[in-house]
Amino acid sequence: MDPLLVFPSPAPPELAQALDLGGWAWKAAADLDTARSEQPAEGWVGAVVVAGDEPDEAFRLCRSIRSGDIHVGSVLLLIGGGHLASLDFREDLFDDFCLNPFQPVELEARLKHLFRRSGQVARAEVIEYGPLGMNLETYQAAIDGKPLDLTYMEYELLKFLASHPGKVFTRETLLSRVWGYDYYGGARTVDVHVRRLRSKLGEEHANLIQTVRSVGYSFGTSRWV
Amino acid sequence: MSREQEYVLRTVEERGVRLIRLWFTDVLGQLKSVAISPAELEQVFNEGVQFDGTAIDGFSRVHEADVLARPDATTFELLPWAKADEPSGRMFCNIESLDDTPFEGDPRQILQRNLAAAREKGYTFFAAPEAEFFYFESGETGGGAPKPIDHASYFDLTTADVSSDLRKTTIHMLEAMGIPVEYSFHEDSPSQHEIDLRYTEALSMADNIMTLRLVVKKIAMDRGVYATFMPKPLNGVQGSGMHTHLSLFEGETNAFHDADDEGGLSVVGKQFTAGVLKHAREITAVTNQLVNSYKRLAETSEAPPYVAWARNNRSAMIRVPVRKKGKPESARIEYRALDGAANPYLAFSLILAAGLRGIEEGYELPPETDANLFELSDSERRTLGVEPLPRSLNEALDVMEESKLARETLGEHVFEWFLRNKRAEWAEFQSKVTPFELERYLGNW
Repeated sequence: MDPLLVFPSPAPPELAQALDLGGWAWKAAADLDTARSEQPAEGWVGAVVVAGDEPDEAFRLCRSIRSGDIHVGSVLLLIGGGHLASLDFREDLFDDFCLNPFQPVELEARLKHLFRRSGQVARAEVIEYGPLGMNLETYQAAIDGKPLDLTYMEYELLKFLASHPGKVFTRETLLSRVWGYDYYGGARTVDVHVRRLRSKLGEEHANLIQTVRSVGYSFGTSRWV
Repeated sequence: MSREQEYVLRTVEERGVRLIRLWFTDVLGQLKSVAISPAELEQVFNEGVQFDGTAIDGFSRVHEADVLARPDATTFELLPWAKADEPSGRMFCNIESLDDTPFEGDPRQILQRNLAAAREKGYTFFAAPEAEFFYFESGETGGGAPKPIDHASYFDLTTADVSSDLRKTTIHMLEAMGIPVEYSFHEDSPSQHEIDLRYTEALSMADNIMTLRLVVKKIAMDRGVYATFMPKPLNGVQGSGMHTHLSLFEGETNAFHDADDEGGLSVVGKQFTAGVLKHAREITAVTNQLVNSYKRLAETSEAPPYVAWARNNRSAMIRVPVRKKGKPESARIEYRALDGAANPYLAFSLILAAGLRGIEEGYELPPETDANLFELSDSERRTLGVEPLPRSLNEALDVMEESKLARETLGEHVFEWFLRNKRAEWAEFQSKVTPFELERYLGNW
């Protein structure tokens, strides 16, 4: 699963969250040089380029991509409504664009459209770990083939945890990545949802999610140990 | 369409859901439901479901009778008791007027509004209730006392088994719906049980309480048993309450905790407690909303009718549980007057508003009450500065009617409607001849 290139670095928090929730692998680069040095062997599957208040920088990167300085499959440009006019005569620089601030559902739809068509899909469609299976296309999760009835947030939390087996996450990280940066509920929300998830996983599988004392939570064990 | 809505649509499709129940709660705390088919779901997400609000208690207004139910996609749960070949799900709804503004008779949005006010001050409100209830042979008593299913059943293993089995099934089902249960046990009275839910944020908790009541009743009904949250169904034994543990969090920090305080309670915790105490009498008509609620408050040690607080004195209305050292996150207060017939959305709204008022105005917490308040005389209690809670629904309504806090918290529409409805309930009760009167008077006069 090769990552998408995201510009700039650090990625805007809303974008980082949307990509994580959508299950996309991604890597942010601050400039062309980093994008080049970090380039995967097969080249980047695609790029999400955010044109901020100074869109010229973003356009420069897009131009380098088009001129073949680095290899990138398709380019999705995120641009603020105030800068739409600057797209004139730059249509060749991107494959699709999306207004920023974006609707997560729209962004998701455009990413799917763009990267499905290019035949290279940068996301895991299925997560499997021991008895747990998750189909990210259909939003379904199952234990030993038996469907789990999850709410949206329970599903997102499980997906996030199960995508990174063995890794310990603090409550703050889970809150910001799964709920979003502006979510108010506080870190307790994470405890509440972990407890809910465990009760749905059932006694036998509740320990898939472990509490790491005074740190946070982890899921299963890493494949690499 | 939000991600949450998309998730629900997809799940409905993938799981072959046949029916979606849209739940909402009326002013008196009764759960209502409108069922829709999956084919309508997308449109319902966009437009809501229109229905006639006059059919529902507390929703009626003279003009503009129709209202909209808008499902909250984050609450979508499959119902674990649905038949395997007919999966169905439920969502809680907010009720809106046809002009898309929140409908002021909707208890769920009243709580949301009060939680938003707490949020503006930086607080998240958590609640953990201990729900008590009875199992009876039937909900119809034919004028006699209801019959407990494990009453005097020390030798009767079969019936005793029924009630622990009922409780086990109920807990299993709650857990399957993402409602974690902390403890459960047989309570003091015959056939009386308690289920303690693990804390969660107050809006989810109010939703969970509505779900719990339905699940308890439903599981009982499936076995031909009747479950009730009526506060005082039997003479001579303790009634059913809903002691609720409360705390405020500021981000990750429990705002009630202070390691340096003798009792571990912070200034914010003390002011909150002081606020709840000071306004307790004004909110009692809502926390204890039935004529019958006051029969529970009248006599038992688990239902303290005195406005006081203490650490280890169960005769006080608010208990501040003594905690283990090094567990700052569990700092909390326990509000013991509340009963299981209350509308949880409105009750939480008022308790929260009373507590916040204490913080805003910097109320001073009165001294802890060590004495057993049940053993003191009225004048001794007065000397201690301990007031009784209202002794009847009528008295509670009188106090509530004068309360600016209750009016502001509930909003004009619900405040007025509630008083009107409950005054009528009291008047009806007053006009009825009770078994007590017949027993006491008929033979002698």
